[in-house]
Amino acid sequence: MSTMELPNPAPYIAPEMKGFWAATAEGRLTMPKCDDCSEYVWYPRPFCPACGSTNVTWTDVSGNGTVYTFTVVHRSGVPGYREALPYVIAYVQLAEGPKVMTNIVGIEPEQVTVGMPVSVVFNDTEKGNALFRFQPA
Amino acid sequence: MSIRGKAFIAGVYEHPLREIPDRSSSQIQAEVAFGALADAGLTLADVDGYFTDSAHGFGGLSMADYLGLKLRHIDSTETGGSSYVVHVGHAAEAIAAGKCSVALITMAGRPRSAAMGMGRGGEPVPDSVFEGLWGMSGAVTGYALAATRHMYQYGTTSAQLAEVKVAASLHAQHNPNAYLPKPVTVQEVLDSPMISSPLRRMDCCVVTDSGGAIVVVSPEVAASLPRQCVKVLGHGEAVKHADMGRLDLTYTGAVVSGPIAFEEAGVTQADIKYASIYDSFTITVIETLEDLGFCDKGKGGEFVLDGALVAPHGKLPFNTDGGGLCNNHPSNRGGVTKVIEAVRQLRGEANGPTQVPNCDIALAHGTGGSIGARMGSSTLILGQENA
Repeated sequence: MSTMELPNPAPYIAPEMKGFWAATAEGRLTMPKCDDCSEYVWYPRPFCPACGSTNVTWTDVSGNGTVYTFTVVHRSGVPGYREALPYVIAYVQLAEGPKVMTNIVGIEPEQVTVGMPVSVVFNDTEKGNALFRFQPA
Repeated sequence: MSIRGKAFIAGVYEHPLREIPDRSSSQIQAEVAFGALADAGLTLADVDGYFTDSAHGFGGLSMADYLGLKLRHIDSTETGGSSYVVHVGHAAEAIAAGKCSVALITMAGRPRSAAMGMGRGGEPVPDSVFEGLWGMSGAVTGYALAATRHMYQYGTTSAQLAEVKVAASLHAQHNPNAYLPKPVTVQEVLDSPMISSPLRRMDCCVVTDSGGAIVVVSPEVAASLPRQCVKVLGHGEAVKHADMGRLDLTYTGAVVSGPIAFEEAGVTQADIKYASIYDSFTITVIETLEDLGFCDKGKGGEFVLDGALVAPHGKLPFNTDGGGLCNNHPSNRGGVTKVIEAVRQLRGEANGPTQVPNCDIALAHGTGGSIGARMGSSTLILGQENA
């Protein structure tokens, strides 16, 4: 595992995303769910691209999922991250369906596998919100 | 309306340099414009349609001003590196509709020598917010995510990916302008440093300052020109995006753009004598070969074995200029060189040992953005003037 912890950069928060980021501070991963076709919408937006409905409701998800794919980054120019090599970027498929981009933490990068069960962990940005990362379940 | 036979590529030009510290990207755009127009036997004054990306200034407006173009048609479609393949298709459509008769396509950039990038300043788009927090370092990370999944699902190996680079390098040795002209072996690719697993340095394309231009003209203009033109037979384009988090990284937008282009051209995979396949990374080629129907889904790794991609006698000679992997990836966008090399093959002007015999029908495919999230795909099928 890298000797350095991953950085926790504060996100840009669009006006309609305040609810999403506020939830992360409370340890909740939430996303719009369509009232009409029941699809979860990721990344969040205030409508449902699947059916065209504008009736969506913020709905907490379990935070459980599996690794759909991943890469161990060995070279990086990203400030904060380049001091923490190697690190893992992945898509995690949530139990509810959507695949979200994230980091896998709490495990040696070489031990991460496709299909591995993971669960969400929140890393405080110290700006009133937290980054949603995943660790082995 | 079909564009088949409604437009011809009359001129192309690839900038010969790969490191350009001493001129602006705008000057390079002018140089490639002059080069392609001279190749066609035309001048700036003949141009009435202009196509470029959005990477410089105010889309096409800034360059139209700089070049002093007198236009009746302009198009700044932006789909990343595939933009210029799209532009050929859109130019053919505009010409077929009578909107212009001499369409100039240009692009250039200097990622080695000058800071560049899209979307600087202003409000971030949502995808950049939700994908920008995790240490994505350049394009390679997204393509690595696709490669890992393709390997997991289909058993594709690093050695198979390496075969793509080896074939490109065998071609590059015959290109005097290639950035990396030295042939490499599978073992050398496997021994190169890991960048973002499973992709190693030699799985990645080059970063070059350069540019390219294409001139597309009406059949009437083509008939008036001394040189042999190349006929546009068919074109397909597609956008494949993250689909609300339902993404599948094992295929590309070529599954949509390919069939559209083949149908319009009235040809099949078996008719393609040469293929320019976008090679930002080796995995891009493997997935695209499958998606264009040159082999079954998941069999791209097996397809590229035994020199299948090596000119002139492989099953499907590809990227005979050395491709983005070895020759040129101007401005981090390789679509223009894909079209240019296909035109060279059809005109019999490829570098000696890489010229495919009897090359009457060729394909050029562009992939822009990232196969790890959202991409533009564009497939162009071209033929000799009498095809």
